[in-house]
Amino acid sequence: MITIDKKTDVPAPRGAEDSGGSLLEVRDLHVEFHTRDGVAKAVNGVNYSVNAGETLAVLGESGSGKSVTAQAIMGILDMPPGRIPKGEILFRGEDMLKMSYEERRNIRGRKIAMIFQDALSSLNPVLSVGYQLGEMFRVHEGMSKKQAKAKSIELMDKVKIPAAAARVNDYPHQFSGGMRQRIMIAMALALEPDLIIADEPTTALDVTVQAQVMDLLADLQREYNMGLILITHDLGVVADVADKIAVMYAGRIVEQSPIHELYKRPAHPYTRGLLDSIPRLDQKGQELFAIKGLPPNLLHVPAGCAFNPRCPKAQDVCRTDFPALVPVTEQDGTELPGRRSACHFWKETIHG
Amino acid sequence: MGRYVARRLLQMIPVFIGSTLLVFSMMYALPGDPVRALAGEQAVDPVQIAAMKKELGLDLPLWHQYLNYLTGLFQGDFGTQIATQRPVAEEIARAFPITIRLALFAFVFTTVVGIAMGVFAGLKADMLRDRTLLLITLLLISVPSFVLGFLAQVFFAHQLGWVDPNVSPEAAWDELVLPAVVLGSLSLAYVARLTRTSVAENLRADYMRTAVAKGLPRRRIIGVHLLRNSMIPVVTFLGTDIGTLMGGAVVTEGIFNVQGVGNAVFQALRHREGSTVVGIVTLIVIVYLVASLLVDLLYAVLDPRIRYA
Repeated sequence: MITIDKKTDVPAPRGAEDSGGSLLEVRDLHVEFHTRDGVAKAVNGVNYSVNAGETLAVLGESGSGKSVTAQAIMGILDMPPGRIPKGEILFRGEDMLKMSYEERRNIRGRKIAMIFQDALSSLNPVLSVGYQLGEMFRVHEGMSKKQAKAKSIELMDKVKIPAAAARVNDYPHQFSGGMRQRIMIAMALALEPDLIIADEPTTALDVTVQAQVMDLLADLQREYNMGLILITHDLGVVADVADKIAVMYAGRIVEQSPIHELYKRPAHPYTRGLLDSIPRLDQKGQELFAIKGLPPNLLHVPAGCAFNPRCPKAQDVCRTDFPALVPVTEQDGTELPGRRSACHFWKETIHG
Repeated sequence: MGRYVARRLLQMIPVFIGSTLLVFSMMYALPGDPVRALAGEQAVDPVQIAAMKKELGLDLPLWHQYLNYLTGLFQGDFGTQIATQRPVAEEIARAFPITIRLALFAFVFTTVVGIAMGVFAGLKADMLRDRTLLLITLLLISVPSFVLGFLAQVFFAHQLGWVDPNVSPEAAWDELVLPAVVLGSLSLAYVARLTRTSVAENLRADYMRTAVAKGLPRRRIIGVHLLRNSMIPVVTFLGTDIGTLMGGAVVTEGIFNVQGVGNAVFQALRHREGSTVVGIVTLIVIVYLVASLLVDLLYAVLDPRIRYA
C-alpha cells in the first residue's frame, strides 16, 4: 500500500510505484446538492480511473456532472449545499474522502492540481501573477520571497510567456486571455503534480489560441508524465490529446471508450448525437445537426434512461428500465477492451 | 500619479471658495447679529450699535464682507471673535486637536471593530451570527446618535459610575472612550455591513476556489486572498467617513460636553460669530477633501486595476 508522505518536498518519481493500481480511481461517486427546491443529484455513481501519463477526457453538456466530479476530486465542492453521500476517490490507493482537511490540503496543489476555465476570474485580480505563482513555492516548500519569484519566472518561461522576467510583477488583467490561461497552467504545474485536472481549459479562448494552449498542455503532460483529466464539451478539442474518453449525461457515465474507437463507432445514441453535432466542412450549406431538447433538470431526472426523452431510438424499455454500464463487444462476442455503454440498444447503435 | 495629485489639489481651490462663500452667506442670512447678541436683553442705543457695526465692517454689503474675510484669511488671519475679542485662530488651535483626537479615536474604533464584525459575520453568511450582526447594525443605524449618547451617558456614567458624564476641558484619551464609541457607532454599523456583504460575495468568487485548489492554508486564503479584495469598498467608505465623524462630533460633543470644534461652532452660532463658524467649517471641509484624496490614492494601492494619470 502506498502512503502519502507529507514531508516529501519533491514529487516522487512517477511510473515506478503505481504499477499496482491507477493513479486516481473514482468509485461509485455520488454528489448531491441540497437546494430549496429539493435535492439535485448532480453525480450518480461515476466510476473512472486515470494512470500516470494518461489523459482521460470527460465529455458532457453543461449540468452533466463533469465539473462537479472534478471538484469532488479536488475537494473544492461547496459543502453545504453539496454532499457526497456515497463513493470513494482513491488517490494512489488511498480514499481521499476519508482524509482530514490538512491531509487533503497537502495533496491539493502539490499532488493534484487544477486548471480552471475562466482564467481572468480564477486568478486573484489584486495580486501580481508572480505573487500568485510564487505562493505555491512559499506555502508548500517554504521558499523565501526571492527564491519564489525566481521560480515563478522560470515557470512563466516554461509555459512560453514572452519576457517573463519583466512581466512577473504584472497583474492578471494586464495579460491577454491566452497568456492568462498559460499562467493558470503554470500555477498548476508549479510543484510538478502527479495529476492535473483541466476543467474546460480552452473554452474561454479563441480557436487559434485554443490549439496553442492544448498543445502546450499536452507537451507538458508528456514531459512530466502526469495523469490528466480533461473536462470539455468540445469533441474537437480532445481527439488529438486524450487516450480515453468518458461521456457523461445527467450525472452518469453513459459511454467509456479509447478515444479513436469512440469517433469511429459510438455505442450510445447520445455520443452519436454529439459526434453528428460537429460541423463538417464537406457538409457546408446544410443545416447543422443538433440533439433535440434540453439536458434534464437534476431535480427530476426522467425514469429509466435519463436520455430517453431526447433519444431518437427510445423504446418503451428506455422509459422504465435503467440501463447499466455494460461492456461492449464485437458482433462475435469478443470483448472490446475499455469500452462500455449504458444503453439498452448498444448493439444496434454500434453495429447497426 | 503626480499629475493626478496636483489636479486633485487644484480642484480643492474652487471647493474651498464655494464652501466658504456658502457658509458665509448663510451666516449673513441668519436673523440677528453679533453686536446685538453682545448686548443680550439690554436695550442699547441704535446709534451705538450702528457705530460698532461700522467699526467691525458689518455694515458693508455681503460681497465686500466676504472679500474682506478672504483677504484676511490669505494673510493668515482668521478674524477676531467679537464677544471675547480673542483671535479665531486661537479658538481653532484650542478646539481642533480635541475633535481630531475624538474623531480619530472613533475612526479607529469603527475600522477595527467594524471590519472584525463584518468578516466574522460574512464568513458564515445567513447563519445565526450573521443575523445577529444585521440586527445589531440595524438598531445602531436607526437610533439617532443623540439618543444613543444620552443612553450611554445615563447607563455608564450615572448608573454604573464607570465614567464621568462630562469630559474635562483637557479631554484625556480615557475620557474620550465613551464619546468616541457613541460617535463611531453609526459608521461602525455601515462598515460592518459593508464588510460583511463584500466578504460574503467574494467568498463565492472563482479566485477563492483557485486559492483552495492551490492547497493554501485557510488563514492565508482568508487573510490574503479574501480580505484584500473585500476591503476595496470598505476603504472607500472609510475615506468619506473621517469627514462625517468630524461633522458628527458636534452632537456628540454637546452631549458629553467635550470642548472641541463642535462645541465651538455651536457657541459661535449662538453668538452669530460668522468668522468663527466659517473658519471651522472650512477646516473641516479641507480635512474631508484631504482624507478623500488619500483614500483615492490608497484605492489604487489596493486595486491594481485602477490607474491614475
